[in-house]
Amino acid sequence: MKHGLNSWSIFRTLECAALILLTTFSSFGETLAQDNQPTDDEVNAIAKQLYCPVCENVPLDVCGTRACAQWRDNIREKLADGWNADQIKQYFSDQYGVRVLAQPPTQGVNSLFWALPPFAIVVSWFFMLRLIDNLTRKRPSGSHSVINLGDTDDYKTRLERDLEQWR
Amino acid sequence: MTHTAPRIAGTVPEGTPAARKRWGQLAVWGLFATLMILVGIKLYQITLGPISSGRAPDFTLTTFDGENYTLSDYVGQVIVINFWASWCGPCELEAADLEQAWRNYRKHDVLFLGIDYVDTENEAQAYLQKWDVTYPNGADLRTAISQAYRIRGVPETYIVAQDGTVAFTIIGPTDYTKLTAALDSLLNE
Repeated sequence: MKHGLNSWSIFRTLECAALILLTTFSSFGETLAQDNQPTDDEVNAIAKQLYCPVCENVPLDVCGTRACAQWRDNIREKLADGWNADQIKQYFSDQYGVRVLAQPPTQGVNSLFWALPPFAIVVSWFFMLRLIDNLTRKRPSGSHSVINLGDTDDYKTRLERDLEQWR
Repeated sequence: MTHTAPRIAGTVPEGTPAARKRWGQLAVWGLFATLMILVGIKLYQITLGPISSGRAPDFTLTTFDGENYTLSDYVGQVIVINFWASWCGPCELEAADLEQAWRNYRKHDVLFLGIDYVDTENEAQAYLQKWDVTYPNGADLRTAISQAYRIRGVPETYIVAQDGTVAFTIIGPTDYTKLTAALDSLLNE
C-alpha cells in the first residue's frame, strides 16, 4: 500500500514536471516568435529619421496621423523582413522623395545643403575678421590718406585751388 | 603737354589688390543674391496654390498593375486626375462616385487616373478593393506628380480638357453630380 502510494506520488511528480517543461518550452517558443517582431524602439529609431510630407516638420516617430501610423507599420514589416535602417531609408526616399529624409543625402545637388552652411560660416567669419581688423588698425601718426589725384600737374593745381575755395 | 583724363572717383585699377577684393565682394554678394532668389522662387511657388488653368503638367503614372500612362499621349481625350490616399477619410466620401462616373463615361473616351499620394501599397490596394475601383491607379513616386500639380492635400481632382489644359480643379471631395456636370460640359463643347 505504502509502495503503491509512492508510485502514485512519483507518477504525479513526473506528470507535474512534464507539464512544467511543456509550459516552459511552449512559452519559450512564443518568446522566440515574438523576438522576430521588431520592437517599437527599433521602429522609432528609424522613424525619427524620416518625415512624412503630410505632417510637415513632425518626425515620423511622434507623428499622430493615420498616414504616419501606416508608415511606421511599413517600417516594422521591412525590419521583420530583415531590412536594415539604410535600406529602409533608401526605400522611403525612392518611394516618396528625398524630402522625407531628416538628413539630406550627401550626393548630387543635395550635397549643397551640407556645403552651404559651413561655407556661409567661413565667409561670415572672414568678413567679421576683416571688419574687426579695419576698426582696430591704428594709422601712423601724422599720416593721411593718399589720394590719387590724377597724373597731371594741371589737374592737381586745379583740384588744390578748388579745395582752397572750400576751406 | 599730354593731358590724361583724371580717374573717375570709385574706379579701381585692374589687377590691384583693391580690384581683387572688389571682385571677391561681388562674388559673395552674387552668391547671396542667388540664394535669396532661389528662396524667393520657392516661396512664390508655395503661395501659388494648386493649378487651375493652363497646360496640365505632363507625367507618367505607373499603375499598381505595372501599366504606364503618360498624360501627353491622351491629348484629345478628357482626363480626370484624382489624388487620393488610403489614410484620407474624405477620399472615401468620393470613391464610389468616382468609380460610378468612370464606368459611365469610359465609353465617351474619358480617362480616369487615380494618383495615390504618400501611401503604403498594402493599404492602397486594400482601399481600391474596398471601393471596387477599376480605373487605373498608381503611386505618386517621389511625390513628383503632386508637386507638379502643387496639391495642398487629398482629395483633389483635376479635369483636363481635350486640348490638354486644366479645365476644372476640385479641391476636397467631389461627387457624381459635380463630375458629370464638368464632364458633360467638356464633351459637349
